[in-house]
Amino acid sequence: MDFVALTVFVLLFILVTVLGFFAARWRRGDLDQLHEWGLAGRRFGTLITWFLLGGDLYTAYTFIAVPAAVFGTGAPGFFALPYTIIVYPFVFVVMPRLWSVCRRHHYITGADFVRGRYDSGLLALAIALTGILATMPYIALQLVGIQVVLAGMGISGEAPLVIAFVILAAYTYFSGLRAPAMIALVKDVIIYITVIVAVVVIPARLGGYGQVFAAADDALKAKNVAQGVLLAPGQYWAYATLALGSALALFMYPHSITGVLSSNSRTAIKRNAALLPAYSFLLGLIALLGFMGLAAGVQPQAPYGAQWVVPGLFLQMFPSWFVGFAFAAIAIGALVPASIMSIAAANLFTRNIWRVYFKQDVSDREESQIAKLVSLIVKAGALFFIVFLPTQYAINLQLLGGVWIIQTLPALVVGLYTRWMHRWALLAGWAVGMIVGTAMAISQNFASVYPLALGGTTIPGYAALWSVILNFAVAIVGTFLLNAASVTNGRDETADVDYTSRAAEPAHPSQLVPAPRT
Amino acid sequence: MTRSNARGWYLLLLIPYIAMLWVPSYSGRSPELAGIPFFYWYQFLWVLIAAVLTAIVYFATREPTAADEATDEPLNEELA
Repeated sequence: MDFVALTVFVLLFILVTVLGFFAARWRRGDLDQLHEWGLAGRRFGTLITWFLLGGDLYTAYTFIAVPAAVFGTGAPGFFALPYTIIVYPFVFVVMPRLWSVCRRHHYITGADFVRGRYDSGLLALAIALTGILATMPYIALQLVGIQVVLAGMGISGEAPLVIAFVILAAYTYFSGLRAPAMIALVKDVIIYITVIVAVVVIPARLGGYGQVFAAADDALKAKNVAQGVLLAPGQYWAYATLALGSALALFMYPHSITGVLSSNSRTAIKRNAALLPAYSFLLGLIALLGFMGLAAGVQPQAPYGAQWVVPGLFLQMFPSWFVGFAFAAIAIGALVPASIMSIAAANLFTRNIWRVYFKQDVSDREESQIAKLVSLIVKAGALFFIVFLPTQYAINLQLLGGVWIIQTLPALVVGLYTRWMHRWALLAGWAVGMIVGTAMAISQNFASVYPLALGGTTIPGYAALWSVILNFAVAIVGTFLLNAASVTNGRDETADVDYTSRAAEPAHPSQLVPAPRT
Repeated sequence: MTRSNARGWYLLLLIPYIAMLWVPSYSGRSPELAGIPFFYWYQFLWVLIAAVLTAIVYFATREPTAADEATDEPLNEELA
């Protein structure tokens, strides 16, 4: 066991724990209201939103899994970079509209919006369940990030993992979204320091970037990756469709929507679409750690396999105190998204399931209490999953999660522009997309790339993209059929101006309570 | 600036999609930059280009109003 590394690690962990509890008092609001606990009162400006979304979207699992993919397969693992390049133009155009309509109507979740837009409890339930289902394994995988760095410091067993998660659950319960927002400030700073140091020091020790790529090329060819650090022509389609499908799916995740809705203006979201690429650049540098691992001769280690590459590389390259610092960055990087994901899932359950199907006349205080409780249950479920089941289950389910969450895109995103699509056609499209997408992934033994046979040619591409195209086709054809049959399409409670408005009005009575600023 | 003019600026946001999804245009090894294959440094370059394009569209289509300025606080007050 490495005591120096462990001491640095524990000190940083204690710092963020204190911050997590202190966050309840930050920009103080009435935490007995769901929009205060679960969206921090929608008060975050450009800078806090940048830290929050950066900490939310670029998770610890990403920092372990992306270099692992590059380490194991070479260039195909690098699709994370084009993916996070093309996601932001989409965010710039689409998300301000979602923010406006949600602000205007006091919606807290994407499913809230879908219910209001399409007057369909069933479609909203489908959106909410998909969100919860896709989020659960994602939370579980954050634990894998913590597990790997703990192992790197010679700590095995489940107890430290349980302690970390109990602390996380406690401050999320008390402080709501303010906790991960405040912790994200610290986490992002130490992540940036870690990565900048790593991409300067490690290549310098390995003889420069040219040497890193040359050595990685040799190592991959030795592993029978014939094209070395480049893509084979047969991989172009998979690379492009993985980038596009992942980009379209990312902001359908409940934790992304929670981050967007907690910002205080359309302007904050638009500015962030131009500023968040700084994290994409960072992610690209992190991906290169996979090649540095190959060049440095890091060996995969059971039971973590290629996921060992980042901890293994850091242990080989850095003094103990910096190893502790870097590992803390990864572990704290797991806490921020895990917290936001559990809040997002709790918001969905409370607003779109509990309140609709169990108890309709729920008070604001009760609603907030239920959400806090659900955030605990969600995290306990994730912990159970990782402690008692093979990690591979969580990885497979998270992969399916991407295929599932993209099926909410037609209702959520098209709904922001037009109500032309029929609610039952959207529901049918969602169901077909879910079933076909899941079948595609399972048929490939939980690989994300499905070889689609079209006419005489076969195109290997991301199952999420193939299945959402089918989803759209069903929804469009269904709309024509249902309109031809004059099936009623419900009442839209939103108006065109709501999608471009900047403020909330008229206010819901519960939100007229003034929230004192600290 | 009229509304239709503003919309034209949004077309700039399509460029990153074309550049990044057209994989064969950048899948090669050369020209290398300090030993880094073209495939890698080109994509890093596009992180910057896409961010600049987004910023251009942001400034070109900005319609500042009193209400907007009031809700989005200046950066230096954020952490207070």
